[in-house]
Amino acid sequence: MAISSFCKKSALSTFSCSAPASATGPFLLNMTSTMPNPLALIAELTHRCPLHCVYCSNPMELQSRTNELSTEIWSRVFKEAAEAGVLQADFTGGEPLARPDIVALVRAARSAGLYVNLITSGLPLDEAKLAALVEAGLDHIQLSFQGAREETANEISGTKSHTQKLRVLDWLRRHRVAVTLNFVIHRRNIDQLEEMLALAESSCATRIEFANVQYYGWAFANRENLLPTRVQLDQSLTLIKREQERLQARIRVEYVVPDYYAKYPKPCMGGWGRKLMLITPSGDALPCHAAQVIPGLAFENVKDRSLREIWEHSAAFQKFRGEAWMQEPCKTCDRREQDFGGCRCQALLLVGDAAATDPVCSLSPMRPKVDAILTGINTATSAQIFAQPPWRYRLNPA
Amino acid sequence: MTPELHSFPRLAPGCRLNEKTQQPRTLLMPERALRLNGPSLEIVERCDGKHTVHQIIVDLQKIYSKAEPHKVEQDILGYLILLQKERALDFQL
Repeated sequence: MAISSFCKKSALSTFSCSAPASATGPFLLNMTSTMPNPLALIAELTHRCPLHCVYCSNPMELQSRTNELSTEIWSRVFKEAAEAGVLQADFTGGEPLARPDIVALVRAARSAGLYVNLITSGLPLDEAKLAALVEAGLDHIQLSFQGAREETANEISGTKSHTQKLRVLDWLRRHRVAVTLNFVIHRRNIDQLEEMLALAESSCATRIEFANVQYYGWAFANRENLLPTRVQLDQSLTLIKREQERLQARIRVEYVVPDYYAKYPKPCMGGWGRKLMLITPSGDALPCHAAQVIPGLAFENVKDRSLREIWEHSAAFQKFRGEAWMQEPCKTCDRREQDFGGCRCQALLLVGDAAATDPVCSLSPMRPKVDAILTGINTATSAQIFAQPPWRYRLNPA
Repeated sequence: MTPELHSFPRLAPGCRLNEKTQQPRTLLMPERALRLNGPSLEIVERCDGKHTVHQIIVDLQKIYSKAEPHKVEQDILGYLILLQKERALDFQL
């Protein structure tokens, strides 16, 4: 399953631990550092998926199975990634387990020296497959849930999937692998956070990610029925803060807010061409999940050039790297090294200019456009807000 | 909270050092990575479930014999607690 949180990947970083006070002498624990290389490779192994989530972050135009990269090419890509300094491979999709060679791919990435993270719905999994994945070197599994209640989950995913996920959670206890539960949050399930936390607490998960939907692709098409209200959001923030403190020693709780409600934009992808590289099922190298919506960007393919060449020289990666492309108010803003102007795709989708300041920024002259969307949601009646939506479900590739 | 000196620190599931051939040495964790060098690497290499906290302290006091032994001990304990807070470490009895 392709999770819809775009900024969450910016979390991958070296966390800098301040050395203990006594470490000013010869015994110094020096842990701060910066890495100029790409840190993570997002490997979209396939667009095939048994789910049809209404907020899927895959593009509207999906790649068919016949265009998917071979095991051999992916294995070469993992080696090139490790050589370029990448630490982690995120296996995603679609549903990565739809690839019959998934165990071989995990093994290839791990032997290349990468930390292997699998983001999955858990649907095509059985315990023997799980054991094989762990044996092949899987480090971390992110199991997606569409809700804490079966009926919500099934409606959002357009599939009966919840019971199988609970089964997977049970198997995970018996295998040595890190477990994160991923919940994509929106108007229809934001009131279930406590139930979701209870599910995590009863499992072997050590992390839980609540990522509010970010509005691109299928989510953009369903936005009017997914955006939470301000009241819902405020309640969720209070709850998360309380639960983060309560669970401190046991479960790490991450919360990604819907950026339409934020004062400043997210540092999308940790900055364009700065930390992450995404490879589509057919081998195109993208600076972010949604980059294909930006007109005029030409993407290079891993079948034609090495990963490092693409990272360093591809026009698509250069386009919004650094600050030269910035307009006002970003250009002279003190925050430009913190949020990198926000999200290019969002600027394109909402104001038609990929080089504009992300319009969710309160400093953007286009912020009223976002406010108008929020006002529409927050002045509607409860009956309107929770009426049965005409969902546009994600399709499957041909 | 101080780790029990006779417990065995062990990296948690999903947390591991990259290979010896890879530079820089890095502790890999879910969605995080931590570069290690010098003492921090010496400590993490010993968090294998086979060394006690006490053994790690003794080992590092030998390696860093010019440092004040008490400071070395305090730094190690502080670092182990920090790793545990990051959910990178369990202490087995």
